[in-house]
Amino acid sequence: MSDTHAIGARRALAPARLREVVRPSNGAGFGLSRYKRFASSIVILLLWQGASMAGLIAPRTLAAPTTIVATAWELILSGELPHNLFVSLGRVAAGLLIGVSSGVTLALIAGLSKRGEEIVDAPMQMLRTLPFLALVPLFILWFGIGEAPKIALVSLGSAFPVYLTLFAGIRGTDPKLMEAGRVFGLDRAGLIRHVVLPGALPSGLVGLRYALGSALLSLVIAEQINATAGIGFLINDARDFLRTDVIVVGLVVYALLGLLADALVRTVERRALAWRPNLIKG
Amino acid sequence: MSDQRNVSVRGLTRRFGTNTVLHGLDLELEPGSFTALLGRSGSGKTTLLRTLAGLDPAPAEAAIELPDRVAAVFQEPRLLPWKRIWANVALGLPGADAKARAERALGEVGLARHLEAWPTTLSGGEAQRAALARALVREPRLLLLDEPFAALDALTRIRMHALVLDLWRAHGPTTLIVTHDVDEAVLLADRVLVLDAGRIAADIAVDMPRPRSHGDARFVALRRRLLSELGLEAEVIREAA
Repeated sequence: MSDTHAIGARRALAPARLREVVRPSNGAGFGLSRYKRFASSIVILLLWQGASMAGLIAPRTLAAPTTIVATAWELILSGELPHNLFVSLGRVAAGLLIGVSSGVTLALIAGLSKRGEEIVDAPMQMLRTLPFLALVPLFILWFGIGEAPKIALVSLGSAFPVYLTLFAGIRGTDPKLMEAGRVFGLDRAGLIRHVVLPGALPSGLVGLRYALGSALLSLVIAEQINATAGIGFLINDARDFLRTDVIVVGLVVYALLGLLADALVRTVERRALAWRPNLIKG
Repeated sequence: MSDQRNVSVRGLTRRFGTNTVLHGLDLELEPGSFTALLGRSGSGKTTLLRTLAGLDPAPAEAAIELPDRVAAVFQEPRLLPWKRIWANVALGLPGADAKARAERALGEVGLARHLEAWPTTLSGGEAQRAALARALVREPRLLLLDEPFAALDALTRIRMHALVLDLWRAHGPTTLIVTHDVDEAVLLADRVLVLDAGRIAADIAVDMPRPRSHGDARFVALRRRLLSELGLEAEVIREAA
């Protein structure tokens, strides 16, 4: 759709806030503003490096940035970081798979039928008020200290956001669109497929984003439980040897995982929600 | 043209709590006729239309006879924002040629260039034309229009009136338009019904050749009569005219 008319209509529909976010990307001052954004961070890094070199910050308190980079490189080359990352990713993947699929299943049951809501929703709403990380002692008693409690914790952490948002999305279906679907001959299955589920997808994906964040948080806590591999193990092990450089590398990896998870959902959103005004491209 | 049954409603009463919206209403529509249903807000217009569209259950004591294929256009386009325009029009159509039929219908309403567009990129008038195409592609024998042009600007509305008349002449569905716009009713319909307190209070044939003009003396007279049927005082009508 390249005609000016459609573009005009689209502009009118896109909220002003979004346009402002989009504008700098083709504005002339972008390079400068990006540079400014990172300037203070670079200054802090330089101060940190200087303080470390001057002996103001002891290595056992916090390693110098250059040491951290060198350590990261060593850990990558030795295969230690890739191995532990692989283990952590495996836990997140398994936990997410279980958590997201059970969250989706429960949301569909509760969202699509009155009886399902009666059975599923009340216990879910009660359980979600529980800070799930407080379940760690119980999980250790139930599942021991192997992989099971770690995966279970990640599952639990990711199931609730998906359940809550998808359930709300399903129940938030525009009744006017449902009526239109009925007038045009959609049966119940057709309504669910063409109206309810696509309409609930945006909030479901918001839930997925929360779930990924929550899964990562669960991973951090879970890996404190007697892990013998994984990023958390790397950090705990480094603590015993006062290796602050390794600890920071582990923290950076956690942060990167968070960024990666967010980017992943954004990509899914761009594909699945291409119809949304702020995602339509010319 | 296999299904040329009349639209016939006998003794339709609808209550919501203690409020009786439709009061033993009788209605007959000739096959292929164009009827406008006028009424103040709360007069039961929309309830009647919803019953005909099958959106509200018809009470058992009412005798309602409808053609097989009924389609509706609402005040809002009600397009599914996550489906491209052609897919919205093809929604629920059986058969492998659904897309081709949708494209033909969109061509008829002048949206051939927008087949792949997302609904949110269309203007109000375009979206409402897509909604018309979605109704037409089903080859309805009864076409229900629920204030379809109320949200459009005046110029777009004039174009839509012409389009609806063209499509009605080309396809010949029995058409019932609910509106609160007296001019629209007189411009479009062969027959104007005024609904009041759940009953048909006036049933007036519009015996004027198309295209009709607001300046026509018969138009003005009919308009005045309908406005007074709707309960407007004489001096208000003079001022409005």
